[in-house]
Amino acid sequence: MEKISHPNQLLEWKSDVIANRPPYVKTIVISSGTCGQASGSLPVIEALEQELLKRNLKNKFEVKITGCHGFCEMEPNLIIYPDGIFYKKLKPKDVPKIVEETLLNNKIIPSLVFEEARTKERIYEQEEIPFYKKQKRLLTENNFKIDPTKIEDYVALDGYQALSKVLFNMTSEEVIEDIISSGLRGRGGAGFPAGKKWEICYREESQEKYIICNADEGDPGAYMDRSLLEGNPHSVIEGMTIGAYAIGASEGFIYVRGEYPLAVRHVTNAINQAREKGFLGTSIMGSEFQFDIQVIEGAGAFVSGEETSLMASIEGRRAFPRQRPPYPAQKGLWDKPTNINNVETWANIAPIIRNGAEWYAGIGTKGSKGTKIFSLVGKINNTGLVEVPMGITLKEIIYDIGGGIKDNKKFKAVQTGGPSGGCIPAEKLNLPIDYDTLAKAGSIMGSGGMIVMDESTCMVDIAKYFLTFTQEESCGKCVPCRIGTRQLFEILNRITQGRGEEGDIKKLKSLAKTVSSGSLCALGQTAPNPILTTLKYFLEEYEIHIKEKSCPALVCKDLIIYYIEPKKCVGCLLCLKSCPVDAISGERKKLHVIDHDLCIKCGACLEVCPPKVSAVSKYTGTKKEKLMKKTSPKRVKK
Amino acid sequence: MNNEKLEKIIDSSRTDQKELIHILHDVQSEYGYIPPEAVTAISRRLKVSESEIFGVLTFYNAFSLTPKGEHVMTVCMGTACHVRGGPQIVEDIERKLDVKVGETTADNKFTLETVNCIGCCAIGPVVVVDEKYYSNITLNKIDPIINEYKEDKS
Ligand SMILES: Cc1cc2nc3c(=O)[nH]c(=O)nc-3n(C[C@H](O)[C@H](O)[C@H](O)COP(=O)(O)O)c2cc1C
Repeated sequence: MEKISHPNQLLEWKSDVIANRPPYVKTIVISSGTCGQASGSLPVIEALEQELLKRNLKNKFEVKITGCHGFCEMEPNLIIYPDGIFYKKLKPKDVPKIVEETLLNNKIIPSLVFEEARTKERIYEQEEIPFYKKQKRLLTENNFKIDPTKIEDYVALDGYQALSKVLFNMTSEEVIEDIISSGLRGRGGAGFPAGKKWEICYREESQEKYIICNADEGDPGAYMDRSLLEGNPHSVIEGMTIGAYAIGASEGFIYVRGEYPLAVRHVTNAINQAREKGFLGTSIMGSEFQFDIQVIEGAGAFVSGEETSLMASIEGRRAFPRQRPPYPAQKGLWDKPTNINNVETWANIAPIIRNGAEWYAGIGTKGSKGTKIFSLVGKINNTGLVEVPMGITLKEIIYDIGGGIKDNKKFKAVQTGGPSGGCIPAEKLNLPIDYDTLAKAGSIMGSGGMIVMDESTCMVDIAKYFLTFTQEESCGKCVPCRIGTRQLFEILNRITQGRGEEGDIKKLKSLAKTVSSGSLCALGQTAPNPILTTLKYFLEEYEIHIKEKSCPALVCKDLIIYYIEPKKCVGCLLCLKSCPVDAISGERKKLHVIDHDLCIKCGACLEVCPPKVSAVSKYTGTKKEKLMKKTSPKRVKK
Repeated sequence: MNNEKLEKIIDSSRTDQKELIHILHDVQSEYGYIPPEAVTAISRRLKVSESEIFGVLTFYNAFSLTPKGEHVMTVCMGTACHVRGGPQIVEDIERKLDVKVGETTADNKFTLETVNCIGCCAIGPVVVVDEKYYSNITLNKIDPIINEYKEDKS
């Protein structure tokens, strides 16, 4: 490949790429990120390639394998352009039919078309599906159009033109000014204004400066960074290179979570292509500027996503956070000025430079500009990655885009911000989402995880879940965090086991204060948030656990029993056979009974009982006590 | 232990502490764990004390001081998997393989692990065996997965 050594060559290359496209009749775009592959996209692609080859149609129809399309619930899915037909949940056996009917005869196959969960309406056009319609996909739209292994696809969509503009027409100060006035805030958690951070780093005098892309994405339930790196790696590379030019850095690092092998592969490949084409390396695009990027694989520690820990990790040490100030922008990697931003922050840079700061500042709310990608997961119909303008309400995200709660259950809360965030209850559904409103509600934006919970989620259990996480991931440097999170966990654990005591809530609150005020980094400072917000909005649920030893959501194992309803049981033996500890007795066509002393509450009986019968129920509290007394004496020993 | 391979891993890298985690990744993927001899060799090459190297390798979840079984079965413990029943899945696998998380079965077939999130939240609960993903796991899907690997004689 020849290097690009002049801005005009980039424009020529773009025209060539577009002009040299074979005259395909249709393009079939298949989503094949990690989620897609996990749901079986690879066999579908294989089948499609085979079918086209067999029928000698490869010159008519293009197969484009892309990163994630965001609609994870419908994976594996494909879109057929130019019509924009969206087919969902594909199996290899659907392929011949798609080729015959849709590709060759322009007929739509109803069974593969999306059906709205609540209205049952079938919608075949991708753009018309409510999940996509209300989104504003500034960053993720290109995931439909780009084969992430091909730099040409990125260039065809004006890729690297922002870099070209910066290198040949703008000074560092002008770039920084643009980013400041765009209002872009960091997408990695704290929401610090990106341009301001760059400016601090720019002002530092040093021969060496570094740029880091934080792709550690440790927040459980969030995967937008993975999707960007897998689906559009050049957008991150271009953003970083612009940042490097602005602050005067010549070396950059992308620190990727080790659990993301596909992202590592795609971004490594993209860096090589960018080097070959002269977008990285010495004399970038023929200018005097030089910059290169190295990929570093993380090694599985949540705290290494914290900026100072991350730098320690790159240096080959344990990922311990350190005191700030000095901030990384002043003293970072190997004590040199370092600018660290999140993947999504970097992906915003090129569009801002290309379209102008004013355009960007026109999207969003007063204090939060642009769009944010959320991972909408949990008990929601349309699970997936959604990109929305700042200021959209929770209700719009959950009901209009997300299609409401799974199985028509009742919405209870949404958790944002991961282990540092909190739960927002149903009363706040009309909350417009941005950095400031979420903070006011007691939670945070965080990296954009949005876990939807319904009536069958226990809020004490959720708080316990996050504390299990933080006490495991605490690096141990600060005593209040190391021991405090452990004690918070123990108290919650007791409560969920029916050993809660009067005064526990007070203890939780005061310990929470100690942990957050006595920790160096935000891991400890925010670790109590999941407890504090659930106490704020769901205090009653805690009290019921403590006083009545019961779990209204029927989740906490020690507080519930599984019970077979005599009126419903048909004696089919299914549950009896599925029980791993032989706690169920009975005969064919006769009532089955669970021995509560033997039962380990694994839930297998509930799972296998046919939905028509639904004879297995869970009970808690006084009803549970009553039933246990009633069934115990009648117990039949095997 | 094959010393030639180890030599190659260490030799192909530069001699700075910043290479430590890369080297450990390479050793881990070559041997399935970090053998004590490797620590000594790395220490000499990088001029970093063995205690520092132990400190680093025990800090990160990706490295292990004991060899793993033939197949590594990883259960996702992310929030989305949690609310969809992940904990029940782990307990059931623990019971079926007769090991606790982190342990290896007596026949050396499986090592059971958990991970904080693999970012496939839409299809949870998720179990990953080696590099193969199993999605929307329910209790009755566990036996078939285990059997798939028990039978294979590779
Ligand atoms: C415990 C902890 C974990 C973090 N994990 C991440 C992460 O995985 N990805 C990320 O971008 N930022 C993470 N952060 C935030 C970073 O410290 C830092 O604020 C961020 O990378 C700055 O980039 P931004 O300004 O573009 O948001 C974490 C912070 C803490 C305290």
